[in-house]
Formats: sequence, C-alpha cells, structure tokens
Amino acid sequence: MNYDKNKLGKMMTGSVVPLMFLIISVIAIPLSQFTGVYLMDQIVTRLVRNSFLVLSLLLPIMAGMGINFGMVLGAMAGQIGLVFITDWGIKGAPGLLLAAVVATPIAIILGYFAGIVLNRAKGREMITSMMLSLFIAGIYQFFLLYLCGSIIPFKSAGMLLSRGYGVRNALDLGVAKGFDNLLKINIGGVGIPVGTFLIIALICFFTIWFRNTKLGHDMRAVGLGMGVSDSAGIAVEKTRIQSIVISTVLACYGQIIYLQNIGTLNTYNGADQAALFAAAALLVGGATVARATIPNAIIGTALFHLMFIVMPMAGKYITGQAMIGEYFRMFISYGVVTLALILHSWKRQKDKDMDRLSFRIDAAKPASK
Amino acid sequence: MVAIKGFIKDFGWPRIIIGLFLLALFVAAPFFGVRVDTSLNDVLVRFGMNAIMVLSMVPMIQSGCGLNFGIPVGLIAGMIGAVVSLEFNLVGLAGIVVAFIVGIALAAIFGFLYGLLLNRVKGDEMIIATYVGFSFVFFMNMMWLILPFKNPSSVQGFKGEGLRVTISVEDYWYHVISDFLKIDVSKYLIIPTGMILFFAFMAFLVWGFFKTKTGTAITAVGSNPDYARASGISIDKMRIVSVMLSTMLAAIGMIVYQQSFGFVQMYNSPLAFSFPTVAAVLLGGASVNKASILNVIIGTFLFQGILTMTPSVINSAINIDVSEIIRIIVSNGMIVYALTRKAR
Repeated sequence: MNYDKNKLGKMMTGSVVPLMFLIISVIAIPLSQFTGVYLMDQIVTRLVRNSFLVLSLLLPIMAGMGINFGMVLGAMAGQIGLVFITDWGIKGAPGLLLAAVVATPIAIILGYFAGIVLNRAKGREMITSMMLSLFIAGIYQFFLLYLCGSIIPFKSAGMLLSRGYGVRNALDLGVAKGFDNLLKINIGGVGIPVGTFLIIALICFFTIWFRNTKLGHDMRAVGLGMGVSDSAGIAVEKTRIQSIVISTVLACYGQIIYLQNIGTLNTYNGADQAALFAAAALLVGGATVARATIPNAIIGTALFHLMFIVMPMAGKYITGQAMIGEYFRMFISYGVVTLALILHSWKRQKDKDMDRLSFRIDAAKPASK
Repeated sequence: MVAIKGFIKDFGWPRIIIGLFLLALFVAAPFFGVRVDTSLNDVLVRFGMNAIMVLSMVPMIQSGCGLNFGIPVGLIAGMIGAVVSLEFNLVGLAGIVVAFIVGIALAAIFGFLYGLLLNRVKGDEMIIATYVGFSFVFFMNMMWLILPFKNPSSVQGFKGEGLRVTISVEDYWYHVISDFLKIDVSKYLIIPTGMILFFAFMAFLVWGFFKTKTGTAITAVGSNPDYARASGISIDKMRIVSVMLSTMLAAIGMIVYQQSFGFVQMYNSPLAFSFPTVAAVLLGGASVNKASILNVIIGTFLFQGILTMTPSVINSAINIDVSEIIRIIVSNGMIVYALTRKAR
C-alpha cells in the first residue's frame, strides 16, 4: 500500500506540472485567437532560441547541485563575446563562432569561480548561485559601462554612449540569424532553421555521451551522495566545479544562439531573466531539482513558451486589460519554479522523516522481543 | 596587537572596509562641495525609513529560517494596509493607525501561511522564500488591477479602476511619524526624532520578546534544533511564530517607509527591497543563523550611509555615476560572502 502510494506520488510529481500547463494552454489557445500556423511558427522560434539555454542546466542537476541559477554568468560571457564581435564588424556564422571563441575563456573563468564559491556553500547552492549571478552582474555592468571604450579600445564609435565610453543599452547585432539562415527550410508557412536545430541536436548527443564517460558517472555519484563518493575516491569538489564550468560554458553558447535569433542585444539586462525562464521551462517539462532529462528540457521549452505566447492575448481578451496577462505569465514563471522547489524539498523532508521512523521501528523491534 | 587582531576578527573585514570607506566619504564630502549636514540628514532619514524592515530579518534568522528573502510577503501586507486606510479617507494619526492595524493583521495571516510553507521545506528556506516573494508580488500585481478600490487619489485617473503605480499620501498621513518631536538643527538638517524613536520602540519590543520564554525557545530552535526538540520545544510552532513576527515587522516597516517617502509604491516595488534589506543586516555583522539588534543598527547605518554618500560625493569628485554599480556589488557581494561562510 505504502509502496503504491509512493509510486503514484512519483508519477504525479513527474507529470502533474506538464499536464497542468498543457491544460492551461489548451484552454487559452482558442481565447487568444491565434492561428495554428502562427503558433507553430512561434514555438519553433522559441525552441531554437531557448532550448540550448535550458539544456545547459542539466549537468549541475545531475551533480546534485540543483538548478544552476549561476548560468547567467555564462550568458553574460556570451554577451561580452557578441559585443566584441559586433565592434569588429564580423558578420554571419563565422562571427558567431568567433564570439563563442572569445567568450569561452571568460565563461570558463567565471564558471571556475562559481564552482569554488558553490563548494563553500554546500546545501544552499541554488540561492548562492542566484546571488552570485546578481553580484557578477554588477561587475559585468562596470566592465561594459566604464571600461569599454575608455581602457578597452573600441573601433566603432556608434556602439558607444554619447559621452564617449560605455556600450550603448541596445545593440543591433550584425551576426543576427547567423546560424538560423544556414539550411533554412519552409514547411507550410513555418520556417524551420535546420542549422540551429543541428547545433541543438549536437549538444543533446554531447550530454548523452557525457553521461557515460568516467566524469559523467562521477558526477552522478556525487549527486547521489557526497560522503559516499568521497570515500569511493572521487574528488567531490573538483567534480562539482567541472559540472558548473561545463554548464557555464554551455549557457554562454546558449545565450549566443538565443541572441542571434533575436537579433538585438539588450546590453545591461538581457541576461537577468535567462536563468528564471530556463529553469521554469525545464521544470514545466516535468524535471525536478534532482532529476532532469533531455525530453524534459525540450518538452518544457515548447510548453512553457506556448503559454508565454498565448497568455497575454488570452488575458487581454478575457479581462480587457493587457497588463493582467503580462503579470499572469510572470506569476506563472515564478510560480512554477516555486512550486517545483517546494515539491522537491517537501519530498526530501518526508523521505528523511520516513527513514528516521523506520530506523526507530528497527531499533525498537529487538527491544520488544 | 592580539587585541587588535581579535577585534578585527570579531568585527569582520567587510564591515571594517565599508566603515572606513564611509568615513572617508564623510571626510571627503566638504572638499567636493557636498554639505555634510545635508548628507547627515539624508542618512538619518533613510536609516529611519529602512531600519524596521532590516529589523524584520532578526526573528527569522534567530529561529534558523535563514535570511528572509521573502520579505515582499510582509511588505505587501503593509501596502494593503496603506491602501485600505486611504480607501477610508482617513487623515493623520487615525490613518496611519488603521494602516498599521490592517497591515499587521494581514501580515499575521500571511506570515502564518508562509511559516507553514517554510516548515515543509527545511533546509531550502532561502531559495524558496526568494521565489515565494517574487511569485507573490506578481500575483498581487494582478490583484491591484482587479480589486475594487475606489478612492480617486489611489486609482488610475483615466480608467477609475486599478491602483496607480505610485499613490501619494501627501494629503493623508505624510510624515505623521517622521515629524513627531522633530528637531530642526539647521535648514538642511532635520532630525526625524519620531521615526528613530519608533524604531527604538520596535527594537525594544523585539529585544524584550527574545528575553521571554517563547523568545528564548525560538533562539534555541535556531541554534540547536536537536537540543530544542529534546527539551520539549515544538520546533515547527516556534518557527511559525518567528516567521509571523518577521512578516508583521516587515509590514510595519513598509508603512513607516511610505509615510516618510510620501508615496505608496505599488506593483513591482517590493522586489527592490529584498536583497538590500538582507545585505544591510549582513553588513551589520549578522550571519545566516545569528543576528542581533546591534547588527541591525550598524548594518542599516552603514548600508544607507554608502547609498546616500556615494552618489553625491563620488559623482562630484570624478563626474562618473558609479553609485548604482557600487550598490549592486556591495549588497550582493555581502550576501554571497555570508552564504559561503561556514554555518556556526
């Protein structure tokens, strides 16, 4: 009986969130008065934009560090790469690749730093990674606002603020659609950028392959129990740092892909919400803080963004106020992350209580004999 | 030498650096044409405005619930108190007392539910509190639009429904507490005695509360849960009491802030408080599981001091507005530093 209940509970937590979102979206789609083709097109666009960022969250979850809200660090590294590429005026896919090359070392350094910090905050990685991303955002702003154009020379004066230094708030990227326009096909009015999808497929294969390497196994072991892994001879702290470094670098590439699709860079707060939306998308896909798979990421991205597109319009048609839909989707984004975190933590606490109870029963048995 | 080392260790490097920085700013101020009395006035006013919110961190830290990143929950209770009081068109002392009563009552209810939730997620309170705060703000954003408020000065003018983003309390209870027994030292320096006395009163209440049986039990739960359980203290109950207390203090803090500021800021405004408030108490020397009233006073003074002095002094000194970035780096850096320190 108890076993059944547990199994049911597991299934519930696994699929209740995606189902709930599916239901909300199914109700909201007719209300929003969007056409099917438009919605398909939008979802394809959103998948192209966001799934790489969402996939970058997988490894730290595997290593037991929860959701890496510090992926914003990677996103910021990616943006710095793009800023330099735009200054150098290199366009198209080569520009994007060069941006990735410029940004990778920055992402590695930031990721390594984040890894060290998170190793000092075991048990509260998520809040620490979030605060760390806010902290680094300050340094990022300092770098772009005061160092760029003054200490670091810039070629194109048009990118700088009128006072002569500091990067402008919004930049048009010369590399826009660099990956999307490689191998673009059109099916029934829905444009599918095969090039970008191939890159996303590549990262999926990388993740699958990585899981079966020695390091991948180590990470999973560390995720299951740090004490046990340590006595099994795994360098726990090093493994955790590696998982964060890989996640940060992937997030950096993810942000580059995201921005090449959008085409404009919101220099100072473009990365702020990256972690929130990526985390929400992943959790909507049925992932938990302790377990996340590639299908979770892809399904979650599609579902979350379906809701994201539909909700403001639906809200507008129902209530006559556009802002309600806007607030509702922000509420849902934050709410779903909150709910997933609560469910996970609650379950962990209940498991702990049950362990203690069974231990007490075991301990009491011989005594009662 | 040993004594100095011990003092540095006790006081902590971050506080010493920031304290010296603040002192340097005050010394440098006259040379750059910044009036010291104006600055002092600003620091005092901001201290009074923010101190109670920072004080609201103490009960939850003491009970082991960690830093209250979910402070928006309490702030929103205070905001509701304020708009309800405006709705009744109450002026002066009556207005602010009703705002307090409504705010505190709602904060007690919110705090109770919030406490129940936090009891289910022991160990992950901080990240969950952050997200609960965020989600609650956006939920209430919808409510501000939907709820049937009628007072013309608080609803959006052109539609007559939905609250404004900033509601002026100028004609209602502006500076009711601030101007109580205020001392005009000069044209530029007016000491808001009322606000400081009110904070002292609140701080005294909290201090007194932690001397009672319940207060001691809360501290015991925070510093050693197993020991507390063994001595027959209900951990969950004590945690709920502390969360309720924190939430109520946050609601009071918000109303005090509003009456001094002159506006009730609605919608996303509570989000702007959560990290700076946490940073302030940490700057004062609190850790993730230990905080005192002294920490609150030192922390608020240092934090607000930096906030007021950096824009005026640094901007007139080097003509670059780095104050916002200094604020981000100091406050968030302080929180990261506190989180990475070993518990106990």
